[in-house]
Order: sequence, then C-alpha cells, then structure tokens
Amino acid sequence: MTTPPTPTAPNGWTIPSIRRALESKQISARDLTKEFYARIERDNPRLNAFLALSPERAYAQADAIDARIARGEPLPPLAGVPAALKDVLNTRGTETTAGSKILKGYVPPYDATAIERLDRAGAIFLGKTNCDEFAMGSSNENSAFGPVRNPVAPDRVPGGSSGGSAAAVAAGLAVVSLGTDTGGSIRQPGAMCGVPAMMPTYGRVSRYGLIAFASSLDRIGPFARTVEDVARVMEVIAGRDPLDATSAGHPVPAYTAGLDAPVKGLRLGIPAEYFGEGLDPAVRQKVEAGIARLKDLGCIPAPIEMRHTPYAIPAYYLIATAEASSNLARFDGVRYGLRVPGATLGEMYRKTRGAGFGPEVKRRIMLGTYALSAGYYDAYYLKAQKVRTLIKGDFDRAFQQVDLILAPTSPVPAFRLGERTADPLSMYLADIYTVTGSLAGVTAISVPCGKVCGTLPVGLQIIGPHFEEGRVLRLARAFEAAGGFEL
Amino acid sequence: MNITRDDVLRVAELANLELTEAEIETYGAQLGSILAYCEKLNELDTSGVEPLAQVLAAERLEETDPVAQQHLRGDVPRDAAIIGQVIRRAPEALDAEPPYFRVPRVIDRGE
Repeated sequence: MTTPPTPTAPNGWTIPSIRRALESKQISARDLTKEFYARIERDNPRLNAFLALSPERAYAQADAIDARIARGEPLPPLAGVPAALKDVLNTRGTETTAGSKILKGYVPPYDATAIERLDRAGAIFLGKTNCDEFAMGSSNENSAFGPVRNPVAPDRVPGGSSGGSAAAVAAGLAVVSLGTDTGGSIRQPGAMCGVPAMMPTYGRVSRYGLIAFASSLDRIGPFARTVEDVARVMEVIAGRDPLDATSAGHPVPAYTAGLDAPVKGLRLGIPAEYFGEGLDPAVRQKVEAGIARLKDLGCIPAPIEMRHTPYAIPAYYLIATAEASSNLARFDGVRYGLRVPGATLGEMYRKTRGAGFGPEVKRRIMLGTYALSAGYYDAYYLKAQKVRTLIKGDFDRAFQQVDLILAPTSPVPAFRLGERTADPLSMYLADIYTVTGSLAGVTAISVPCGKVCGTLPVGLQIIGPHFEEGRVLRLARAFEAAGGFEL
Repeated sequence: MNITRDDVLRVAELANLELTEAEIETYGAQLGSILAYCEKLNELDTSGVEPLAQVLAAERLEETDPVAQQHLRGDVPRDAAIIGQVIRRAPEALDAEPPYFRVPRVIDRGE
C-alpha cells in the first residue's frame, strides 16, 4: 500500500501531524490555537462559517495540553486538535442558537455527550459553526444569521445544513468539525465543499445534548481533511451513552487500525435509481470515474436494484417534519431564548414562535403538524412510515448481495446563493440521494471525487450496512490513497 | 391539492404559531404543492406493510431481552445540580430558592 498523497490543505495540519509537532515541541497547543484564531479573524468575515467563538475555553484546553506535555504525560487521542462545532450541539458556556433567532443569547449549562467526549480527548473548541435554522435546509441559506459562503466558490452555497462545519474545515479554519445529518446535512455539504464527511449509523453516536430536529433520523458525525482524521474522530465520539436510550451498545472498533486492510474483492452495489433523471451529467461522469478507480483497485462493481428510491423524498419530508413539529414545541418562550409578551400564556406562545422561527422552520412545523393532525395521520404520516419500511428493505436486500453501495452524494455541485430559495420543493429534491440512507439508518461517507467546472467539488457516497463504519472508512481510505479525491 | 385558508389557520392554531396575512397565503400555496407531491406515495401498495418508527430500537423493548435491558438505565435518582442554572437562563425567572419559571397567569381565580 502506498502512502496517500498529502491533501492540498490550506494548511498542512492533520490529527497525526499536530501530535508529532506537539510531541517534538515544534509548536505549543496555545500557539496552534492562536494560529487558527488568526485565520478565522482573517477569513470568517468573508465566509460566515462561525457564529460564535470560544477563545476562553479554547486557550484553557490548549494550556491543559501544554501542561501535560511539559510534565511528560501521555497525550489523549485528539490532543491540541482545533475543532469547530455545529451550533445545534449544546456547548457549556458558549452561545448555542441552532442558527435561530428564537435561541439568540442562549448559553447552555452543559455539553452534549459528543462534545464532552471531544473535550476529554483533548480537542480545542474554537467555536460554533453556522447552519440552517434547526438544521432544516440544504444550502445554509436558512440560517437566521446569514448564509455561509463556499470557500472554493464564494458566490455559491456550501451545502447544508452543516454548511459552516464543512466550510470551516475546507477553508482550513479548523482541522476537524462536527456536523449533524438528518437527511444529508453532513454528507451533502461535505460533497459541495470537497471534504470527507461521515454520517454514522443511527445510534452509533449519542444524541444527548443535540437540539433535536427529527429524533428517529438525527446523527452526529465528523468532517475532516483526511479519511484517517474522520476515523480518529469517530473512535472518540462513537459508543453507548446512558443519557441516550437509542445509543447502541455495540463495541466501537479501532477504526484507524483497519483503515489499510485490503479492499480487493469488495462487492460494490451500483443502484441504477441513483444515476437517472436529475443527475448533472458532469457529476455523473466524475462518479463513474470514481467507480472505475475502485474497480482498478480490485473491487467488484455490480448493478443492484433499489426500487423504492423515488419515494424517499416524500416519505422523508413527512416523517422529518412530523417529528420536528413535535420536537420544536419546546420553543415557546418559557424556558430559553426569546419571549414575546402576551396577555395569556397561549398568546405568548404564538407570538414568541411567530417572531422567533424563520420561514423554512415555520413551513416544516406547519407541514408536520398537518401530517399528524386528526384525519390526515393515516394518509400521510403512517403511509410514510410504511414506505420507510420498504426503503429499509431495499437496503437490507442490497446488503445481502454487496458489501457497500456507491452513489453520488448530491445530484448537482454547489449552486449559486439564492438560486433555489424561491421554490422549497426544488430545494428538497437536492436531497434525493441522501434521504434514503437516513431513513434506513445506515452509515455513509461522502468523499471528494474530483471537480467539475474547474472548481466545484463532487462527492462520491459510500454507503455501508448498520455499524459497518469500519468497512466504509476502509474503502474511502483506499480511494483517497489511489488519488480518487483529485480525479 | 387544495389547502384552504381555514386549513392553514387550523394547523397554525395546533402548532401555536402566529402567522401574518402574507404567511397564511404563502404557506397555503406551498403546503398544497408539497402535499400534492407527497401523494406520490399512494402509487405504492402498502397493505400488509408494518410502519417503521425507528430503525434499530424496534425489537428492543422487551423486558426479557438482554439487549433491551442493556439499553435501559436503572431508575436511580441523580443529582440535578444544574437545575438552578437551567431556570435562571429562562427569559423570565423568579430568582427564589428554588428558582421558578415565570409565565403569564394561567388560572383565573376570579379575584
């Protein structure tokens, strides 16, 4: 196995290179943190990737690492690694808004479990990243605090909803970041910004402390510049958490240890339904070139059928909005964030929610409430849950024939700011290749697979069965090592 | 699919959302077209298909299932030491000991 080419990062930092630099005392964690804040100060006014910075906590974390080095103590796995955290994740002492006016000024008194695990692993928390309001969107244009700009094409969106987390890593403003994925919100911005981005299996990473959008779909996962770094973050954040009853007890494998295992002979399913109408021809050509590269490595592509794919978007939008309408009931002006006074409790609720939520959030609450309301529940919500069974069945059958599934992450490269905002349905259709895996609960990574129009990154999606993150990462790493990112 | 003004108002009432006139109109039209698109699901015969609410936890609720038991934590009281910090973050709190959330009067005692 050859050494993978060093990714063309705006700076060269990766988790292993930071570790080497700290251990050999080439740099201190404090100076590294300073370097990243200088980059953020320079580039964030243009990109709007960060909503809040947490220098006090970051320097305290850096000083704790430097003290360990001075005492000659062993370093934790993410020692000194500058990290950016999506603003839907509760972070103790740092404003957490979920990109919404309704939570403006809210400072949580506790850390989400994934955040606490990063903290214990020695990461440095630079700040909170911009996102679509309550993670509802595919372009980051639904943030109450302005859109993020794509670092590779500033007139274009970074994708969404974790646009700030993707842009921060792509622009070198953080070495790793956390995002959340409900219908594609990690994978799609990863694809559009040109960085590896992983959606873990449902239940693999605790959701405790995540501001919920759709509880049966939400996942927390990493962005990084290399597959190895994605694996290293996964090793830290995955695992059972008593505070999330849906978190899985399956043991967490040492993902990095298996990264360089052979991929020869892996059977890769290519579903025709992901290569049909609506797929940009230039994106298709890159993804097909990516598949060819994997075939050169000895993998065996095979056509598979996933016939319920065309029904995933309506099923997803009914289920996700129904769950959201219930989850977002808690934002009522009583316990946190905004309150607009009213003469009665009910009036206070209605005015607070009317003023605090943005247009897409209101639209989804309305849709979800409608789908759950008396007389429509069976026709919409229950029907969608039955179709979810059929979509999961497509994956179950496919994984009896193949080891992994390959598909485009997004049908189109990053589009222009404002291009799709007029018609919500056209925005929803951008999620066509990601919502299927969300509904089925499987794991997937999006890895860069060349560029179209000179600068716009394309994402190749590698989808694996439940809890097979290791297999997904292994193929992603082999693809990276074979130069697949620069196809 | 036709969504009437009354439909929009009924759903907004259920969702505790105050909408402007412009929003009532926009959401009516948009919900109509999104729901019309969702009618596509009716192309599928789902008779005899069980609904799926949650991908992994479905089989794990049995008390006799060791995996389920592993997933349920013990019913042990824990110290909620941050409760004061939580309540003091509210838009209006009564800073007593223990502190309280303040809301407009809910029960009219007819005084």
